[in-house]
Amino acid sequence: MKILVIEDEPQMLDTLVRSLKQEQYLVETATDYESALEKVGVYTYDCILLDINLPGGSGLEILEELKKQQKTEGVIIVSARNSVDDKIQGLELGADDYLPKPFHMAELHARVKSVLRRRKFDGQHLHQLQNVQIDPDKHQVWVAGQELVLNRKEFDILLYLVTNKDRLVSKTALAEHVWGDYIDQADNYEFIYSQIKNLRKKLKDCGAGIEIQAIYGIGYKLVAA
Amino acid sequence: MKLLNYATSYFAGLLLVVISVWAALFYFNMLDEIYDSMDDGLENQKILVVQKATRDSTVLRQKEFEAGYFSIKEIPFTLAVHRKDRYQDTLMYMQNEQDFEPVRMLTTVFRKEDQYYELRVITSMVEEDDLIEDLLYSLLWLYLGLVGSILVLNNLLLKRIWKPFYHILQRLQSFRLEEAKTVPVQKTNIEEFQLLNQTVEKLLQQNVATYQNQKAFIENASHELQTPLAISLNKLELLAESQPLHEDQLQQIGSVMENLERLTRLNKTLLLLSKIENRQFAQEEPVPLEMLLQKTLLDFEDQLSYKDIAVDLQVQENVSLQMNPDLAAMLVVNLIKNAIVHNVNGGFLRIGLSKQELTVENAGQEAPLDGAKVFTRFYKETSAATSTGLGLSIVKAICDLYGFRVAYGYRQGHTFTVTFQKAVASV
Repeated sequence: MKILVIEDEPQMLDTLVRSLKQEQYLVETATDYESALEKVGVYTYDCILLDINLPGGSGLEILEELKKQQKTEGVIIVSARNSVDDKIQGLELGADDYLPKPFHMAELHARVKSVLRRRKFDGQHLHQLQNVQIDPDKHQVWVAGQELVLNRKEFDILLYLVTNKDRLVSKTALAEHVWGDYIDQADNYEFIYSQIKNLRKKLKDCGAGIEIQAIYGIGYKLVAA
Repeated sequence: MKLLNYATSYFAGLLLVVISVWAALFYFNMLDEIYDSMDDGLENQKILVVQKATRDSTVLRQKEFEAGYFSIKEIPFTLAVHRKDRYQDTLMYMQNEQDFEPVRMLTTVFRKEDQYYELRVITSMVEEDDLIEDLLYSLLWLYLGLVGSILVLNNLLLKRIWKPFYHILQRLQSFRLEEAKTVPVQKTNIEEFQLLNQTVEKLLQQNVATYQNQKAFIENASHELQTPLAISLNKLELLAESQPLHEDQLQQIGSVMENLERLTRLNKTLLLLSKIENRQFAQEEPVPLEMLLQKTLLDFEDQLSYKDIAVDLQVQENVSLQMNPDLAAMLVVNLIKNAIVHNVNGGFLRIGLSKQELTVENAGQEAPLDGAKVFTRFYKETSAATSTGLGLSIVKAICDLYGFRVAYGYRQGHTFTVTFQKAVASV
């Protein structure tokens, strides 16, 4: 999978590239409008992470250019301007998603995978991890061919952790992803534990080859058992 | 009181004094003149009577006024000496009026053939009370006429003269900083108003510029903070993933991340507050509140069941409010979140929705909060470390934007009431 990161802030770029490379993606970068336009014009990528504020131009203009060239890259706008207008305009210009800064890496990976899945596999791709199979569209999970019944929250947690397998997922990232943006001011995330506990038990009971580790003080990590 | 009428009231008072003083002076002057001419007439009559008496002694027998205008009486010498002509006002019975009426009488003494006579000549006089009455009425009409003319003049002429002033007032009244559009200046020839216009115009422009700068500053500051926050947070995430780390190292990283997340929330909320106050949520549509409440409660169901909070939603009428849907959601979410976060384990959450108001009541610490401070930014009753202290400020800002009233009260629990009517109308 080839990903282009268009980002002018060098430290941000560095972090993004490192994190993406951990997922075995082929990562290329562009740090200004001109070079971004050049790369977009010459090469084809599976996914583009696009910053809106760029030296020399706007990320939205790059979107327009992509549309003009009828390129089918999945584009995720990553912007520090959390503006409704930018979001609407970006999505209208054909962007797949809009991720306001700051974000959790886990969230970025989930979004990238979701875009890749839609764009590259026409949404037909099932997540397969050890003996666990997950269908994100049908909300179904199979363990060793046997269907495992999960409630909506449990399913969302599992899917999120599976997309971020072997990565550390902070409990804030998990809470915001599963319970929505509004959760962000809740005083604690203790209510998450009970859901995780149930999910762990269900996975263990049906002999799943994965397990959810608690990383004390930070969050969770899903690993092969 | 309007400026024009204010001036008129002073005019009316002043006129009253001036006219009264003038009337008194006029009255006494006129009376003086009347007496003067009457006395001249009496003097003349005296001379005529005395001349007539020297020719015709029958005249001397007219002891009473009867058919004439004079009477003559013999007097001894002793009474006659040192007598001067005396003019005086007296009353006489008038046949035509059937009443005593004032007359002017001249009493004088003359000598005929060593005999002294006292002659009294009368002439009918103005009736003073009638004169005063007439004068009073004429003055009243004059006064009313003058005040009336001033009023008319003020309302026609002065109103036209002061028109630019009222226009400036109207401009200032309709001026809204956040809308930044001003009513056009009206041209005027009056120097003071031109100056006022210029000054006001300059002041408004400065205000608008300052406000825009401030707005841009807050927004830019918040935006500029996002990138370093994002970098720090993501670098920490990378660091936490780099193996191997001790548990206490991870814990430290986790704690730094938590604080950065808190900073992020704070920043986002401040940005949101400034966006609400800058009216950047323009799009409006009818938002059905009952659905919104149910959806929000569903979103929070895990927290509610974790804290074992009993929820009671009473909907008398499903109200739809004309407002921005995102803001409506934020209003409800912040009220409910507040009621959950500050709730106690096993507490209650009562939500009531009627046509007029939305009430959210929750169990919590058993003491009322400071109602004056509860909506101010960064006010925290409990030391909930992760609370931004901005949730209720958002509620207040949204209510202010739509003219709702929001109030805090303490009954069985902490109660927040949002009244939908415009604040002005319901006071």
